[in-house]
Amino acid sequence: MIAIIDYDTGNLRSVANALGRLGAAYTVTSRPEEILAADRVLLPGVGEASRAMAKLRERGLPDTIRSLRQPVLGICIGVQLLCRRSEEGDTECLGIFDNEVRRLDAPGLKVPHMGWDSIERPESPLFAGMQTGEYVYYVHSYAPTVNGDTIATTTYGETFSAAIRRGNFYGTQFHPEKSASAGERILKNFLTL
Amino acid sequence: MLAKRIIPCLDIKDGQTVKGINFLGLQGVGDPVALGRKYAEEGADELVYLDISATFEGRKTFAELVARIAENIDIPFTVGGGIASADDAGRLLDAGADKVTVNSAAVRTPQLIGDIASKYGNQFVVVAIDAKRIDGRWRVTTHGGRQLTDRELFDWADEAQQRGAGEILFTSMDHDGTKNGYPCETFAELSERLSIPVIASGGAGSVRHIADVLTLGKADAALAASIFHYGEIPIPRLKKELHEMNINVRL
Repeated sequence: MIAIIDYDTGNLRSVANALGRLGAAYTVTSRPEEILAADRVLLPGVGEASRAMAKLRERGLPDTIRSLRQPVLGICIGVQLLCRRSEEGDTECLGIFDNEVRRLDAPGLKVPHMGWDSIERPESPLFAGMQTGEYVYYVHSYAPTVNGDTIATTTYGETFSAAIRRGNFYGTQFHPEKSASAGERILKNFLTL
Repeated sequence: MLAKRIIPCLDIKDGQTVKGINFLGLQGVGDPVALGRKYAEEGADELVYLDISATFEGRKTFAELVARIAENIDIPFTVGGGIASADDAGRLLDAGADKVTVNSAAVRTPQLIGDIASKYGNQFVVVAIDAKRIDGRWRVTTHGGRQLTDRELFDWADEAQQRGAGEILFTSMDHDGTKNGYPCETFAELSERLSIPVIASGGAGSVRHIADVLTLGKADAALAASIFHYGEIPIPRLKKELHEMNINVRL
């Protein structure tokens, strides 16, 4: 069973539908016992960082998430919440990844960074079967910085972490659930880690 | 590198895909979910579903169809038609839509843009603007082009962005359905003054038209309907030819 963490933000339905297309069993939940017992955990979401973090706290979820030992995948605002802190709303986040989340510095380019962009150097079992230059779908104005835990990058004005991994925690700034066959492969890889 | 997006638009009336010539003379062209899935498999970057009967008949939105689309399609899609409140937009988000587009209701009540954006994020709100040039001035129209307003295209686009629009979808009512190409100078002016993406709509009849609006017109995406629905320019061929013209597209 895969737990999709429900913290009243963003489009949980998209992630659920993507898992449904893969034939995976999932539950959308905010109950710590269900999340702890799941084989895999997804932290999806769109929205603003300080409000999203506040909602996680309201539901008493930060410690539950930090204690997870199964594979966890944060998507978009989800990966940002797994980072140390975010410039958006000057938000202290979960601190699982040491990366900071900064507003995209892309002079002359449009922000939000919206649409299909390529990922470089995808190096992780999460990207098994994928090559550099593969296109994935982005919608965001903030992104995690690059550090030793970065497992793929994208450059839009500056280079940021397209994906991060630390131990059993993974995160993608892009939306695999909306990234056609490339995204389907990433989700399939996550389900078989 | 960020790719230019190709977006088929499916106009929906009574649950079926239709496309009008200058918004008149509707002809049925198929099941919305099957057609959308076909486009996604062919390489469409996003889809737009517009309930074109919604505003005219005061019909409420098409949440059931949206849920079916969300279950079956693995690329982002935008829905619109008759969205008059943040609650209308929220229901479509819950049904699985990635973005909503507002048009007539936003012209009538500009606050709607901010209401939706503050609740669901700027990225969720696409403001669609239909305009026609009258005496050298781009006048905004509503209700599928049937009502002329006093609003001017550029002022309205600026205001929409300031109120929280994530993208602007501009259709020239003078070009829509004609297959004579897009007004590229107008698109370039619009794209340069805005800091959010501009989607070009209305008038594509050839690969060259689309290439022009993405380069000369500086549009971030091109939206079209009939050239895809009638198989005149299949998406794989369009993208291949754009790529050969050194326009960055997802292949």
